Amino acid sequence: MRRVLLALLVAIALALPAMAAAPELRVGSKKFTESVILGEIAVRLAVDAGARATHRRELGGTRILWQALKAGEIDLYVEYSGTLVQEILGGRVAADDAALAAALAAEGIGMTRPLGFNNTYAIAVMPATAERLGARAISDLIRHPALRIRFSEEFLNRADGWPALRARYGLPQADVRGLDHDLAYRGLAAGDIDAIDVYTTDAEIAYYGLRVLADDRGHFPHYGALVVYRLDLRDRAPGVVSALDRLAGRIDETTMARLNAKAKIERVAEARIAADFVAASFRIRAEITEQELVRRLWERTLEHLGLVAVSLAAAIIVAIPLGILAARLARLGQAILAVVGVVQTVPSLALLVFMIPVFGIGAGPAIVALFLYSLLPIVRNTHAGITDVPGPLAESAQAMGLSPRARLRLVELPIASRAILAGIKTSAVINVGTATLGALIGAGGYGQPILTGIRLDDTALILEGAVPAALLALIVQGAFDAAERRLVPRGLRLAAER
Amino acid sequence: MTAMFALKDAAKSFAGKTALAPITLAIAPGRTTALIGPSGCGKSTLLRLLIGLVEPDEGEVRFDGTAVDRASAPRLRRRMGYVIQDGGLFPHLTARANAALMARHLGWPRAAIEERIAALAALTRLPRDILDRYPAEISGGQRQRVSLMRALMLDPEVLLLDEPLGALDPIVRYELQTDLRDIFRSLEKTVVLVTHDIGEAGYFADTLVLLRDGRIVQEGTLADLVHRPVEPFVERFVTAQRGLADVIAQVS
Ligand SMILES: Nc1ncnc2c1ncn2[C@@H]1O[C@H](COP(=O)(O)OP(=O)(O)OP(=O)(O)O)[C@@H](O)[C@H]1O
Ligand SMILES: [Mg+2]
Repeated sequence: MRRVLLALLVAIALALPAMAAAPELRVGSKKFTESVILGEIAVRLAVDAGARATHRRELGGTRILWQALKAGEIDLYVEYSGTLVQEILGGRVAADDAALAAALAAEGIGMTRPLGFNNTYAIAVMPATAERLGARAISDLIRHPALRIRFSEEFLNRADGWPALRARYGLPQADVRGLDHDLAYRGLAAGDIDAIDVYTTDAEIAYYGLRVLADDRGHFPHYGALVVYRLDLRDRAPGVVSALDRLAGRIDETTMARLNAKAKIERVAEARIAADFVAASFRIRAEITEQELVRRLWERTLEHLGLVAVSLAAAIIVAIPLGILAARLARLGQAILAVVGVVQTVPSLALLVFMIPVFGIGAGPAIVALFLYSLLPIVRNTHAGITDVPGPLAESAQAMGLSPRARLRLVELPIASRAILAGIKTSAVINVGTATLGALIGAGGYGQPILTGIRLDDTALILEGAVPAALLALIVQGAFDAAERRLVPRGLRLAAER
Repeated sequence: MTAMFALKDAAKSFAGKTALAPITLAIAPGRTTALIGPSGCGKSTLLRLLIGLVEPDEGEVRFDGTAVDRASAPRLRRRMGYVIQDGGLFPHLTARANAALMARHLGWPRAAIEERIAALAALTRLPRDILDRYPAEISGGQRQRVSLMRALMLDPEVLLLDEPLGALDPIVRYELQTDLRDIFRSLEKTVVLVTHDIGEAGYFADTLVLLRDGRIVQEGTLADLVHRPVEPFVERFVTAQRGLADVIAQVS
């Protein structure tokens, strides 16, 4: 048992290079395809500029990326100007590049010039419709009140979506309803619908050859992509900063939509798309290696086992004494049970974000979060197991003259062993499932293929994570059942059968 | 002769309800004393007071001259053996390990433990093959024998038994009564025993202490209680326990 644990720890140490301090440059990306492709492109440029760059791909979202950047866990990633202004700086700055750069510099962050494309809301129609209506811009729609328009629910309802757009342009259409985004594309292609909302770099724009209407009254906020990086990079790797600046103005909406379509529709790997792009645009030749399934699975398994083993072991070490304490001191016990109960209700993404400033990204914060989530079942079962020791037995132990400590070791813990083990088993099985969320923060594991699979709508990839995770949960359950047979004293099992 | 146990105005109540009114009682060494009385009268509470499982609200309890309190109790308990109704055996330990638990904890040599267990098994007439079974695998009577072995392991000066035969069927109970009395006689220990059954009390004990609602009603020999009851309750308590003779008289 102990040897297995040791082997696991070694495996984790090997599998998680993030835990070792490697003096290299780390590029981050968000968990949607465009961000991953741009991350890969940034890696190619950085490598070409002489850096050793790795890609922490598909991290949870804006908050996680930004925190990771500020904490130095990553050195750069691609962000959108609108997101920086609204979400990160809270609308404190004017939306022009100079003001934005100054505000970021105050936070220790630099930015490149815009890459070229603007990923924002837009209205799209089929080319034939555009011809028929003579429409090139949104204001051209004012003359066609009978159009059938379908919007995503979000766009239909958010304040800066349809209500504001209609007011701004004075659009007269009455047949405007909500529809699922994927269905909207198909309806548009089939001619059942005349206009829909899109993101300007959606892969489907290229796929269906849609015509995007110009926002001629400048209604939609600007979401221009640019690279944000830690200012210390200018000293550490000045070559990389100027290499990234070469991207300025090189990717327009059509190009980005085409790259997105390659990934989402043609299912080409992001690394390959990025390599082809830098080869064509900058004459940079790049070697890319794709891992085969078995090796990929093996690495994911090691990462996942590492997350589970370390967090569960720590939880066992902490939770059993806490449970004992709770059983001994009734008042404090209620407080302990309440606290570990509340921890359980903190949403996992929120917990992960809270921990970035302290534990960075990667396996560290994931392990801490899993540790916290694993406490409750063990604490509660230890507490219950000890308080449920039958009164006559507790009294007999006391009457023998055993000290409280000896009573705990010789009588109470053995009698509670079944309940404690059941608590650990519950924690372990939940832990295996929850550990898939670790991928959101760059911890890898079976969550990684699940995350990528969801992003690419690739069921096979989702199963590549979900099936091993389910199998692992079953194996863990089986292992604990076997352990129960060995660890729970035989006399107790006999007593339970009677 | 100094008393083994001396209670002086010892009282105990639980949540405002009196379990024992102030009680003064001396328990003689080397003799068997039986605590009897109706259910809820405070017999078990009195016994727990003696071994320090319950602390008196007022008054004091002395064992061999030393006050029994939170500090002294753990040490004093090693000089007492305690047996409860269904044995209180630890389910995770074999009969042997139950009996040996305290000696092992105190670091006795293995051989000494084995020797003592063999002697106690003979004394309590426990078949040797029972020793390696778990409590769940042996009968109620055998459990009580193991429990007695455990209580006697450290050769205590005092044995405290709370309805040791209460859960046994009449035949096993009869057998154990005989064995127990032989053991008490041969060991010459101070024994305090709780029972509902006045016949059983008379069979074992030199002195009977009859309690009612937390008070001592009468203390004396069985003959005292039968022939010289101090109040009508004593008479009722004695006669309420129908003897076999009455039953036979009724059916014939
Ligand atoms: N731990 C406790 N908490 C509250 N009340 C208690 C406790 N122990 C005993 N009592 C109460 O004190 C009184 C005396 O109880 P005790 O167990 O000493 O009676 P007993 O004579 O042994 O009865 P029985 O013959 O039924 O075992 C009862 O009213 C009982 O309910
Ligand atoms: Mg009782």
